[in-house]
Amino acid sequence: MTHDAPPRGAVLAAEERLPAERVALVDLLDRLLAGGVVVSGDLVLSIADIDLVRISVRALIMSIRESDTFGGVDGEPWK
Amino acid sequence: MDDAGTYLYAVASDVAVPCPEGLKGVAGRDVRAIAQSGLVAYVSTVPLEQFGEEPLRRSMEDLDWLGATAHAHHRVVEAVARLGPVAPVRLVTVYSGEEQVRRLLEERHDDFADTLARVAGRQEWGVKAYVVKTEAAPVAPEPAAEEPASPGTAYLKRRQASLRTREESWRDAGARAERIHDVLRCVAVASRRHRAQDPQLSGRDEWMVLNGAYLVDEERAEEFARALDDLRGQGIELELTGPWAPYSFTVLEEGGPR
Repeated sequence: MTHDAPPRGAVLAAEERLPAERVALVDLLDRLLAGGVVVSGDLVLSIADIDLVRISVRALIMSIRESDTFGGVDGEPWK
Repeated sequence: MDDAGTYLYAVASDVAVPCPEGLKGVAGRDVRAIAQSGLVAYVSTVPLEQFGEEPLRRSMEDLDWLGATAHAHHRVVEAVARLGPVAPVRLVTVYSGEEQVRRLLEERHDDFADTLARVAGRQEWGVKAYVVKTEAAPVAPEPAAEEPASPGTAYLKRRQASLRTREESWRDAGARAERIHDVLRCVAVASRRHRAQDPQLSGRDEWMVLNGAYLVDEERAEEFARALDDLRGQGIELELTGPWAPYSFTVLEEGGPR
C-alpha cells in the first residue's frame, strides 16, 4: 500500500501547531465563514449571510488569473 | 457613537489569564480583553472607514484583504486557544462599542458557557479526501464488427464507455468518502462536513470528495491520526489539517437555548 502523503501520526506527538501564516487560506475560510459564533444585535455588520461560495465566486472575479488553469470537469455530479 | 467599532474575535472562559502581551489583530490593531459575567471577549478597536458596512462589502471582494484579515483573526484565536477553551467568532463581526460586547456576554452567558464546556479539552481536526488522478481508463477495444462502424458511431461508443467509467468511479469515490467519514466519526465527539472547496481557491484540481471537520478529545488525537492513516491508499488521497480551535463546533443558534 503506497501512501501519497506521509502519515502524520508521528508528527502529532510533537503537538506543533501550524504557524498562523502557514495555514491555507481556503481551509481558514471554510472555518471562518461557515463556522464560529454568529451573533447579532447591535452589530455594525455581521457577515453571517456571506458564505464561501459567494466569496469564492467574487474571488474568482477579482483574481487576475485570466488563464483558465482549471480545465473544468464536465458534468460534475455533486457541487 | 464615533468613527470606531469594536471587532470581536473570540469568547473564552474567565480564568484570570492576562491577554497575551503585544498581540496584534486585524489591521494591525492591538487586542484587548473585556471581562464580564465570568467570560472574556477578545476585541480590537477598528476604524469604521475600514470596518463599517459599506467598506466591508467592498473589502470582502478583495482576496488579498480577505486573506490578511482572515489570517490576523486566526492568529488572535490561536493565541487565545493556547490559554484555554475558546469559542471563535465568525469573521468580521463588529460591534458599535464595548458596551454592546458586555451586554452580549451578559445576555448570552449560558450559551457561551455551554459551548465552552463542550469544546474544553478538545481540538478540531480537518480531513480532506481527494480522488487520486489516474490515467484515463483504457477504452475497451472495439469488437471487430463485420461492417466497420462509421467513425462517428465509434466515437460515440467510446465516449459513452468513458462516461460510464467515470460515473462509476464517482459513485465509488463518494461511497468511500462516506465510509472514511463514518470511521473518523467513531473517534470524534462531533463531526461536520464542509462544502467541497473551490479548486481555484484550493489550487488543486483533483476531485474533492470529503471536507470534514472532527472534534476530538486531546488524548485521542493520536488514535484519530492512526485511524486516518489506516484509511489511506486505494485511489484516495487524505490530507489532515490541524489542530484547529473548534471553529466548526461553536456555531451558536441565534437566541434561545441550544
